[in-house]
Amino acid sequence: MGFSQLLPSLPIEELVQRSLESKPRHVNNILKKGRAESLEEFAALISPAALPHIEAMAQLSQKITKRQFGKVIRLFAPIYLSNECINICRYCGFSRDVDIPRITISVDQFVKETRLLSSQGFRSLLIVAGEHPKYVSNGYVEECIRKCLPFMPSILLELGPLETEDYQPIVKAGAEGLVVYQETYHKPTYSQMHPSGPKKKYGWRVDTAERAYDAGFRRIGIGPLLGLYDWRYEAIAIAAHARYLYQQCWKLHLSISLPRLRPASGNFQTKNQYQLQNQELVQLICALRMLLPHVGIVLSTREFPNLRDGLVRIGITTMSAGSSTEPGGYSHFDTNAWRRVDVQPGEQFHIADERSPGEIAAMIRTQGYEPVWKDFDQALVSS
Amino acid sequence: MLSPLHVEPLHIADRKFSSRLMVGTGKFASNELMRDALAASETELVTVALKRANLKSENDPFADILEYLETDRYMVLPNTAGAMNADEAVRIARLALAAGLPNWVKLEIHPDPNYLLPDPIETLQAAKTLIKEGFVVLPYINADPVLAARLQDLGCATVMPLGSPIGSNLGVQTRAQIEIIIEQARVPVVVDAGIGLPSHATEAMEMGADAVLVNTAIAIADDPLQIAQAFAVSVQAGWVSRHLGKSDASLGAQPTSPLTSFLD
Repeated sequence: MGFSQLLPSLPIEELVQRSLESKPRHVNNILKKGRAESLEEFAALISPAALPHIEAMAQLSQKITKRQFGKVIRLFAPIYLSNECINICRYCGFSRDVDIPRITISVDQFVKETRLLSSQGFRSLLIVAGEHPKYVSNGYVEECIRKCLPFMPSILLELGPLETEDYQPIVKAGAEGLVVYQETYHKPTYSQMHPSGPKKKYGWRVDTAERAYDAGFRRIGIGPLLGLYDWRYEAIAIAAHARYLYQQCWKLHLSISLPRLRPASGNFQTKNQYQLQNQELVQLICALRMLLPHVGIVLSTREFPNLRDGLVRIGITTMSAGSSTEPGGYSHFDTNAWRRVDVQPGEQFHIADERSPGEIAAMIRTQGYEPVWKDFDQALVSS
Repeated sequence: MLSPLHVEPLHIADRKFSSRLMVGTGKFASNELMRDALAASETELVTVALKRANLKSENDPFADILEYLETDRYMVLPNTAGAMNADEAVRIARLALAAGLPNWVKLEIHPDPNYLLPDPIETLQAAKTLIKEGFVVLPYINADPVLAARLQDLGCATVMPLGSPIGSNLGVQTRAQIEIIIEQARVPVVVDAGIGLPSHATEAMEMGADAVLVNTAIAIADDPLQIAQAFAVSVQAGWVSRHLGKSDASLGAQPTSPLTSFLD
């Protein structure tokens, strides 16, 4: 049974309601214990009643994270292969119905840009592409992986969901992990946001992580896109998803990303009541840490510098830096300043932290943490 | 002023170590701090995860952990962290050797990336292969006396049972099994993982362990140098206590009518 079959039986709405009605005494009891032992306790930690305790939660979260991961932050860079996409997603800058120039970079350009990222320090790469059958049908992704493995020892992918057997050649080519965002776990919202294309299939997407694990990926990332629906609903659903995956997939290295919607081409506007405030995002990260001590928590350049700096010591484990969110984007960077020399209209979303990888590494050091560029080497585990 | 405590050196395979504290190199806030903490610990055996190291011939400023390890001071013991099975662990050991590291390997295979508990089946398999190839194998294991015996039968140079899960800082929770391992040991027993306080290290040494390995407790301490020193002292104290200072504790008074007085 996949998580998609379990999901409808979970009392997520009820837990959201209980979260909203949480009493300070209940929150206090969980804080005294120092961790959340159930979804119900997690729901209490993301409640309005817990918000005044954000400092205590941050202290606990830091303690757990330090013990588990040490005083280190793992760094990675995304690289976009293509913005061609057969889906319509109301919020996405790559949506089929958005009028942007469509670009797919060649393997040579991919290698060139990856070398550029390697020269900046990156030894871990996230390859991103819109959902389009042409990348996976002809070995294009595998070729990209094979070509850059000699100088990029850890490679993760973010692609449209595939069948287990279609993931296997990608694992064999040397990919360490896969990232798949559910966007929203709320089914009616999911249907509304994805009116056309293969992404319409909600359950198929929910079960991607399990198919990827079966195919042999070592590291899997999941996450909602915060801003599409009530954040507490998404938070409880992702927590349940993570707990399910820990039970089903005991060898899994799991991480969670909590991206908030950013302005993008297509100009999708999120509803005010779905917007997650900074302090609520911090609260959510601490609550996740208190429920899931081993989970990686990834923070992208969607967030502004001030928040990113503060979160280094609070519970995140992994950060991207100096990111371009368009295919071929790094070719437009001034390699010294690590800034774009011109603005391209083909980006997926606009980033909020434009500091260079070197600047981010220096910031991490200032906080008393070690920026770790290399923490996995595909060459050590397969020929 | 007293002279420093006298502690017998530790022999593993053909090497002699005057410190009985081994230190791991993960989780430190910076490579500089790690280097200084290692010095403060007076360790002579340092383990390093190859997944974080650069094994190519040219330097890599972004993966330079090995450059912070003073090889004239410590023996660098490559570990196979990140390996999920025997094949991967064997491959890592071979690559380490090819990269110029010693033919010693701390064999750790933990397919579960969350609790990092060692896989006994894969560890036994990998040890068999590596010993055949001439490696000096120091396996990280759960506190399982039978597994420890089987690994010694294969020719492992030490056994390294865990006190409690890696990073948990819970101390020696597996005491009863480690006591059996020590009692039956033909090679040095190193209590590895879970040692969170200097007193835990002393406890392990007092139990009769030959050495302890510490990482997290030093790496994430507010002052890793001070704690590293404290561990050095506590390991020595534990060894001295075990070998020179053992006096049996007794709760009861001596009976006034001994049972065997009729033999007088």
